[in-house]
Amino acid sequence: MASETAAIVVRAHRPAPWRDTRLRGIALQIIFVAVIAAIIGFLAYNTTVNLRRQNIATGFGFLEREAAFGIGESLIPYSPADTYARAFLVGLTNTLYVSAIGIVLATILGTLMGLARLSRNWLVAKLAGVYVETFRNIPLALQLLFWWALLRQVAPGPREAWEPLPGVFVSNRGILFPVPLGQPAHLWMAVAFVIGLALAYVVHRWARQRQAETGWQFPAGWAGLGLALGLPLAVFLAYGAPLELDWPVLRGFNFAGGTAFSPEFGALLIGLVVYTGTFIAEIVRAGILAVSWGQSEAAMALGLRPGQRMRLVVLPQALRVIIPPMTSEYLSLTKNSSLAVIIGYPDLVSIANTTMNQTGQAVEGIAMIMAVYLAISLLISLCMNLYNRAVALVER
Amino acid sequence: MADIDIAQEIPIAAQRPPAASSGIIGWLKANLFNSVFNTILTILAAYFLAVTVPPLIRWAFIDAVWSAPNGQACRGAGACWAFIGEKLRFILFGRFPYAEQWRPLLVVMIIIGLILASCDRRLWGKRLMLLWPTGVVLVGILMWGGVFGLTYVDTELWSGLPLTLILAVIGMVFAFPLAILLALGRRSRLPAVRVVSVAYIELVRGVPLITVLFMASVMLPLFLPSGFTIDKLLRAQVAFILFAAAYLAEVIRGGLQSIPKGQIEAADALGLGYWRRIRLIVLPQALAMVIPPLVNNFIGAFKNTSLVLIIGLFDLLNTANTALTDSNWQGFATETYVFIAAIYFCFCFFMSRYSQMLEREFNRGHRR
Repeated sequence: MASETAAIVVRAHRPAPWRDTRLRGIALQIIFVAVIAAIIGFLAYNTTVNLRRQNIATGFGFLEREAAFGIGESLIPYSPADTYARAFLVGLTNTLYVSAIGIVLATILGTLMGLARLSRNWLVAKLAGVYVETFRNIPLALQLLFWWALLRQVAPGPREAWEPLPGVFVSNRGILFPVPLGQPAHLWMAVAFVIGLALAYVVHRWARQRQAETGWQFPAGWAGLGLALGLPLAVFLAYGAPLELDWPVLRGFNFAGGTAFSPEFGALLIGLVVYTGTFIAEIVRAGILAVSWGQSEAAMALGLRPGQRMRLVVLPQALRVIIPPMTSEYLSLTKNSSLAVIIGYPDLVSIANTTMNQTGQAVEGIAMIMAVYLAISLLISLCMNLYNRAVALVER
Repeated sequence: MADIDIAQEIPIAAQRPPAASSGIIGWLKANLFNSVFNTILTILAAYFLAVTVPPLIRWAFIDAVWSAPNGQACRGAGACWAFIGEKLRFILFGRFPYAEQWRPLLVVMIIIGLILASCDRRLWGKRLMLLWPTGVVLVGILMWGGVFGLTYVDTELWSGLPLTLILAVIGMVFAFPLAILLALGRRSRLPAVRVVSVAYIELVRGVPLITVLFMASVMLPLFLPSGFTIDKLLRAQVAFILFAAAYLAEVIRGGLQSIPKGQIEAADALGLGYWRRIRLIVLPQALAMVIPPLVNNFIGAFKNTSLVLIIGLFDLLNTANTALTDSNWQGFATETYVFIAAIYFCFCFFMSRYSQMLEREFNRGHRR
């Protein structure tokens, strides 16, 4: 009986079709999709008409043609006789190169400055504060132009180059620094380093297990550090300490030897690191402040030393707050590296721009840039999400 | 008898606290030299300051040249502020007709006034809603001219600080409603709407602004029917709006997510439809919650306007760059960049301080 009544009630209250939320939802979506499709279709139609009128062939066939333009600096061999595809590859490697170095350096600088801002040392905290507030509030494009002008115009010629550190020269030809010459010992040192890391991991596992069983602590961190650094050092000494640095030396009007960052690369790297470092500093600071003071007090009550308190109690909790915004900073550093086009560093966007100007293949060029940046974004998000899962709070 | 003796003793005069725990020395000890590590840090920081600050002061003030007829006379050990004086009007207003430059000056003042008015919480609400359209119309009349006896000025000639401010402010004003729609779309029950919103937001956030600007300047002409052109400034402005909307949408989504479900159920129980529920219940609470990140977003948009120099618009950064190419005044890039950096800094610093203040005020109830 009851179900019958319910059925009657439902039937009596069934709304008219235009008042039925479900039907209305479906109708709305159909209209919405139709409008979007119409807009896209209209734009696509105009584009094909315009392209045909300008006699531009669509498709990626142009990638096989000869690029016929030079590229200032490249990590892979390239000459103007190579194809556009090769030129794109050069741009991509340059973008990845500057982004990777930038991310590492910005993380170091940002973390140091974030910690410095929280320091109980008044002078250090204020200095870090001035750094963050200044460089965060000036557009990156302007900072890049500033560093570039500093390296290009203000910096002296090679003969009067500044020498901020022994062996490091800053002149209008770029930033030069010494690099160690390749030795067979270095390979074995790398092998020793890997073995040291593996041993450190084993020691760490053993120490944890022993602590869980007996409560006895073992300084696994120091032991691991000793293994990872000590083994390569032992190999180094066993080979008779073969260290020969390739120093930059002034010869005539220019430097020979060493490795150089061009003014463009130098300006881009400095700009990206200094700018992104301010944001990372704020993230680190906010992350550490987010761990409530009670946690620190509890750690002190348990008798943990300041270092242990930071490492075992505060940092693991702060990282949970720090990782997600850090991911978006890494992404924005990578995207900001496209500002290289302003100072003429041949990154992906800059090379794509040249290509588009030469061939008129604007649609394909932009599509390629977008595809590459989307792929990089997804990749970085994926890596950081994996790391985030490792540090995230495991709840029941 | 002993009691009386004690009562008769003269009280010891009040003493100052030991010098080592109060006053300047105490402060120094507590804040700069309270441990070996901190002492080392202090000495390093002091050394850094001693090395960098005096030469900077010498460069910027003591050795600086404040007036000079040309670049040759200005070259010396210090900064050449005479160059800034010479080029000030060009850097600020660029190629806007010289005699008419009071108009962009007024525009700058109107926009700064609007921003300041928006910071006053007493004005939040209907009055601001009236103030902004009025201000935008005034800015349009002053820049374009062509009415009230003002000569017409093509957008090609708009440049300098007013262009930067217009791009940022108009960009945000138009991006805001679009962002609300996108954020609502992302949380919509309807799958088609949701998919389109998510795709748009993620696509735009995944690519650099430069690509969007390139797209606007290179691809937009291809998208439109032949013979139909829009000017460069409008194209950049549209790119800016579309770009900012995706970022704003994510901020607003954060606000939408923080509305408790009970609020929506209560709105349903009152018989409000979707749009009235959103307009009367959800948005007022959600937007109020995200005002500090919105201000931060605005700062980002303001800094991002400097990218339009890539597609050849004369914003503040580009007019400064152009001023540098004068052959009578060569090699004063540092001074110029420092000067416009100071302008950008003033705007951004003020806004970031304001957003920090709001955040503190909003969090008053949550602090320990």
